[in-house]
Amino acid sequence: MLRTLFLITTMLLTLVAKAGAQAPSLEDIIADFAGAKKFSQVEAVIERLAATGDPRAALALRSLSDGTLMARTTDGRVLVVEGEAPNLVLRDAVSGEALTDGPVEASGLKKIKIKNSLRRKIAAALSGLTLKAKSADVRRTAARTIFEQSDASALEALDEALQTETDANVRSAFIEARASALLATDAPLAEKSEAIDIIAARGDRAALALLSAYANAADGELKTKLDAGIAKVEESLAAWSAAQNIWYGISLGSVLLLAAIGLAITFGVMGVINMAHGEMVMLGAYTTFAVQEVFRTTAPGLFDYSLLVAVPLAFLVSGTIGVIMERGLIRFLYGRPLETLLATWGVSLILQQSVRTLFGPTNREVGNPSWMSGAFEIGQMSITWNRLWIVVFAAVVFAALYLIINRSALGLEMRAVTQNRRMAGAMGIKTSWVDAMTFGLGSGIAGIAGVALSQIDNVSPNLGQSYIIDSFLVVVFGGVGNLWGTLVGAMTLGIANKFLEPYTGAVLGKILVLVLIILFIQKRPRGLFALKGRAVET
Amino acid sequence: MQPALIGRGTWIAVALIGLAAVLIVLANLATAPGSPLHVPNHIVALLGKFLCYAMLAVSLNLVWGYCGILSLGHGAFFALGGYAMGMYLMRQIGTRGVYGHPVLPDFMVFLDYQQLPWFWTGFDQFWFAALMVMAVPGLLAFIFGWFAFRSRVSGVYLSIITQAMTYALLLAFFRNDMGFGGNNGLTDFKDILGFDIQARETRAALFGLSALFLCLFLMLVAAISASRFGKVLVAIRDAESRTRFLGFRPENIKLFVWTLSAMMAGIAGALYVPQVGIINPGEFAPANSIEIVIWTAVGGRGTIVGPAIGAFLVNGGKSWFTGLLPEYWLFVLGALFVLTTLFLPKGLVGTLSQWARQRRQSRRSQSAAPLPAPQPQAAE
Repeated sequence: MLRTLFLITTMLLTLVAKAGAQAPSLEDIIADFAGAKKFSQVEAVIERLAATGDPRAALALRSLSDGTLMARTTDGRVLVVEGEAPNLVLRDAVSGEALTDGPVEASGLKKIKIKNSLRRKIAAALSGLTLKAKSADVRRTAARTIFEQSDASALEALDEALQTETDANVRSAFIEARASALLATDAPLAEKSEAIDIIAARGDRAALALLSAYANAADGELKTKLDAGIAKVEESLAAWSAAQNIWYGISLGSVLLLAAIGLAITFGVMGVINMAHGEMVMLGAYTTFAVQEVFRTTAPGLFDYSLLVAVPLAFLVSGTIGVIMERGLIRFLYGRPLETLLATWGVSLILQQSVRTLFGPTNREVGNPSWMSGAFEIGQMSITWNRLWIVVFAAVVFAALYLIINRSALGLEMRAVTQNRRMAGAMGIKTSWVDAMTFGLGSGIAGIAGVALSQIDNVSPNLGQSYIIDSFLVVVFGGVGNLWGTLVGAMTLGIANKFLEPYTGAVLGKILVLVLIILFIQKRPRGLFALKGRAVET
Repeated sequence: MQPALIGRGTWIAVALIGLAAVLIVLANLATAPGSPLHVPNHIVALLGKFLCYAMLAVSLNLVWGYCGILSLGHGAFFALGGYAMGMYLMRQIGTRGVYGHPVLPDFMVFLDYQQLPWFWTGFDQFWFAALMVMAVPGLLAFIFGWFAFRSRVSGVYLSIITQAMTYALLLAFFRNDMGFGGNNGLTDFKDILGFDIQARETRAALFGLSALFLCLFLMLVAAISASRFGKVLVAIRDAESRTRFLGFRPENIKLFVWTLSAMMAGIAGALYVPQVGIINPGEFAPANSIEIVIWTAVGGRGTIVGPAIGAFLVNGGKSWFTGLLPEYWLFVLGALFVLTTLFLPKGLVGTLSQWARQRRQSRRSQSAAPLPAPQPQAAE
């Protein structure tokens, strides 16, 4: 009985082996290395391996090239050998698994012979294998490596791979890699110039480096072709860097917008410079920290949603403190804007020190939810998710505020008070109530801004201070009483800052922007979008 | 009869400051360290620092108290004056620096400068440095004010751009390639006019000089405020448009006091630096400039001696409090801002003199007989 079973099993196994043997298996081919005594024989085995198109052959080929592929003298098995003499580790040449059949003396292993011309063969074969890998990412990476190394020997493999490649992205990567490889050959000028065009169309730094390398060595017509290609790449690089700067500028601008928009409302409606505005932002950031702490301890699985809780909570915290400030302090100082400025500065000191006492003077760690971490690329630009979300968030806040001011009853009353406080009062608007609500709204928005800023900046008691001057400048530059002014002001300052940075350095750029604003104020003392009318003059 | 330019209250204040300064210097130099009358060196240094702050507050008072220009950037003028003096002191170090370079200050050797930047030339001469102490802040104030006042930037807008100005300077002076020592600033001074800067006598002299300048500043402000020009200043503060319609040129008048005030702040800074022994970009911090405003407000803006008193009270309180409960000083300072603006808008001196005036008036109306008016009080 047992015997029959054994027989059947053996038969089945033989059948399987037969099926595999129609094209010799990877293991079989690799085993042939043991018998290859001459370089030509080794080369033949390499070619057979390359012909399988099986990415698993890469390990054996790579170790052959490194000189770590050896044959065991006892049974002739070909293995990958790692480590130094007494502690040799033997691995299967296909799976890469470590073998457990004991340590072997270095004398019991025989290295497969290799020389440099064969190494080149191997490199080509390897790229051919990776070019046929199942994963599109592996194929793209392989194409990029060939592109950067400009390896002429990979040309054949690329041509072959191109015939079967269906993925459009990978295909274009192959075409570029092929163009790069072609430049290394002595192909006719027409073909080469076509290749240069293809490479130049990439328009990135790799293309620039490649073309420059060839331009240094080339002469005659080829050189002019290459130079034209380089010029084209540089042009495209400049365009991309401008785009990147605009993006950075928009990102900075949206941060400024978030920080300044609440200030614009309180300043516009009440003529009050709230020096504690930055501290409202800081409170929002600390609210985020507190919310995240609660999430970390009670529901770490829901951490990604912590910001959704933090936003309304930050609005409430900062807004409430804003209303308390207005009722308890600012309303006694109406008509004395300079005194308000001093009093609110005092409040800002108190708030800062309270936070320092409660949470400590050091930075607190606020985490990014998973949907806000990482980055993606568009062309030559890299865009981080958290910046993108903050831009989106700023846009949403702006739109919401715009709707509140232009479509709601509170907004109507706010606008009326902004334009003519006494007349609004005469029409039955409770101006002091509007003031309190406006201040609460402005402070609440600052709290929301704090949630956003906690994602990109250090959360420390000084967080607010670093934004307050910039926010003032945005408001003063944009003009009060008009949200569009704040938007344009924030974006202009953001983009101007980022465009000056490459030429002047970050600090000098900022100084220049400050000076430009100081000069601008001389020209238009009421900002870009100034309110007009008699009430403004008072 | 034309009233005296400098009122009696100012004379009394000046006399008191002078007397106190002489006594303190004597108590420091002429008594032995163990004696109960002895004033230790660190107290002299501390009081000297306060005198400079008082000068600074007096200079701010000239523009804010009398002309209604709330400057949130007066610390910049103070620091520029300090830097001008610091540059002179740096040049005096000579070969005694760590690197022993005969011309270049240590930080320049460290940053691999080959020669002195052009704006450092001349600072080896005291008269030139003394001139620059006033000229640099004055020129900056003149240019800034010329633009700002002509285009009628006023109120909070002006305050904000003065703050932006000092912030821009803060950033600029933090840069190493500005040639002002980056964030370390200028320090390690050795001597001034050939005298050892650490010596007790030099320190006492600097202290006396500070007291002298404070008295001069007080008399200057008193003279200005009592003059016809001072009346126009107050008119501009209270109703700028009306003053303009009466035929005055507020922008020129403002520009004059603004520049004068900046030069006074520069002098205060120049006296401050040798007594403190360091000047660094931190002096440009906007928060410092706002603190000057609160000294002035606590003492009483628009009064002559008020700001000086405020500077002494607040800074004395700060020294005392930070020794006691360093954590809570910001609470006190913050509360000071809030409470002063809410309950003491005229400041201590202003409120006291108002109270005194009211008492006089009520006494006069109570007394039926036409008695001669009581002697005016010493308070301003």
